[in-house]
Amino acid sequence: MYFESIGEALLMGGHGGFVWSAYGITFAVLTIALIRPLVSTRSLNATIRLRSARQSNLSEGDS
Amino acid sequence: MWRIVHQFGSPPWVYRFCDRVIPWLLPLTVVALLVGSAWGLLFAPTDYKQGDSYRIIYIHVPASVVALAGYYVMASAGLVSLVWRVKLADTAMRAAAPIGAAYTAIALVTGAIWGKPTWGAWWVWDARITSMLILFFLYVGVMALFEAYENKTIAARACAILSLVGTVNIPIIYKSVDWWYSLHQPASIKFTGSSAIDTSMLYPLLGMIVTFYVLFALLMMLNIKQSLTQEYAHSAWLHKRLND
Amino acid sequence: MAPERADASLAHYCIRQTGRHLLLLVRSPGEIVNPLLFFLLVIILFPLGLGPDPEMLSALAPGIVWVVALLANVMLCMRLFADDFADGSLEQLAMANIPLAVAVLPQLLASWLASGFLLSLVSPLFGLMLGLPLSVAPILMASLLMGTLIMLLLGAVGAALTVGIQRGGMLLSLLILPLYVPVLIVGTRSLTEAVGGGDPAVALALLGAGVTGGLVLSPVAIAAGLRVSLEL
Repeated sequence: MYFESIGEALLMGGHGGFVWSAYGITFAVLTIALIRPLVSTRSLNATIRLRSARQSNLSEGDS
Repeated sequence: MWRIVHQFGSPPWVYRFCDRVIPWLLPLTVVALLVGSAWGLLFAPTDYKQGDSYRIIYIHVPASVVALAGYYVMASAGLVSLVWRVKLADTAMRAAAPIGAAYTAIALVTGAIWGKPTWGAWWVWDARITSMLILFFLYVGVMALFEAYENKTIAARACAILSLVGTVNIPIIYKSVDWWYSLHQPASIKFTGSSAIDTSMLYPLLGMIVTFYVLFALLMMLNIKQSLTQEYAHSAWLHKRLND
Repeated sequence: MAPERADASLAHYCIRQTGRHLLLLVRSPGEIVNPLLFFLLVIILFPLGLGPDPEMLSALAPGIVWVVALLANVMLCMRLFADDFADGSLEQLAMANIPLAVAVLPQLLASWLASGFLLSLVSPLFGLMLGLPLSVAPILMASLLMGTLIMLLLGAVGAALTVGIQRGGMLLSLLILPLYVPVLIVGTRSLTEAVGGGDPAVALALLGAGVTGGLVLSPVAIAAGLRVSLEL
């Protein structure tokens, strides 16, 4: 590691607030961009599965 | 060769492709992001002029570079959709726009945060930041145009035309903003460290640029898979795939 | 129209259509006068907001003139195809056996003559009000002549894409304002060079290049945009 201690790495010569907030915001944005399609796909899949299960139940009832 | 092209036009094939690639690309990208950030944050040496605030460039520069490249990805998809009427190209174009907008937003915010300790102001009318701001509006314009149309097939065609017009204009915008900046700003404000950068700083930067490219591809796949699920919710191949 | 006569009559058609559009504009003088009044009013707002100091005003004048010309152009583009779209004549135009990219040129030419062209003719007046020396009037007129044409050609693409959208005005400005940035930079530059005693030739040449490129490329994009809006 370049820094002597964790505290020094957090401070970054007085610029720590800037550096860490920049990384924090970036990772927050990227996480949202990652999670959003994953969650949406999952809920869509659940809806599709539910509907196809209901349809197969209906067709079984008919026969 | 043509077989591959045809496969990329087939929704079930692309869906399966995304399905296979995402499970290993997702953890790989997350790890690469964490390693790259740790390298840039903790292991790369300090810039003797700017101090440690320079470490923001490990996300600012990759985000800016890939944001610009992303516009061309979007416009290429738009061209394919306009010329060959490939429906999947519409999906790809729509998938790229919000990611590009997110990247430009990251570049702008990190640029502002980097500017405060470096230039003493949150916002400086620097050529790169100004170009990035315009690029952000170009992305937002494409997204807003897509939302404005009820018929999404027509919306995609409109967005394709707009993004192609943007493609022709982006080099002109970048050149003119550079010109404007070089005429108006004193020479004292300069982006240091980009010309003669030491390899101990360059390697983590290159690593992060590659990682941001891969992340862009991953996010596109996730978005494409999401829109395919939405679009083909009633088709047999998707039901079969989900029930397997 | 017989097919073999199509080429010969294309120029004839363009002239006739330009005349028709100009006649329509002259019959509703508000369409012509309102953008000019808007331009004048906004120019008056700047000294009221910034103070009457002539030195400061003349330093800011190039930017003010160009930003206002840009806004007037956006307002023009919001109405550009609206009437022809509403009464169906745009659809007729797209169905005709003339390439749509050519068929829209008369409309653009007429709109430009009634807006940008007139604006640049009266612009020395506004320049004087903002403290620009009379010697830069030719540069002001030349740069506005070319700049307004480029902006109209770019804005028409946005107008073509948004004409079918209800309340597309704000959307239109979001789409086209970023594209106007180079015109603003180069146009302002030609004036600041002229005021500062420099050589405005580079900036004017760039504007000329923009006009040429715009005339070649943008009709194609406008036609494609109109086809999208007409759902053809």
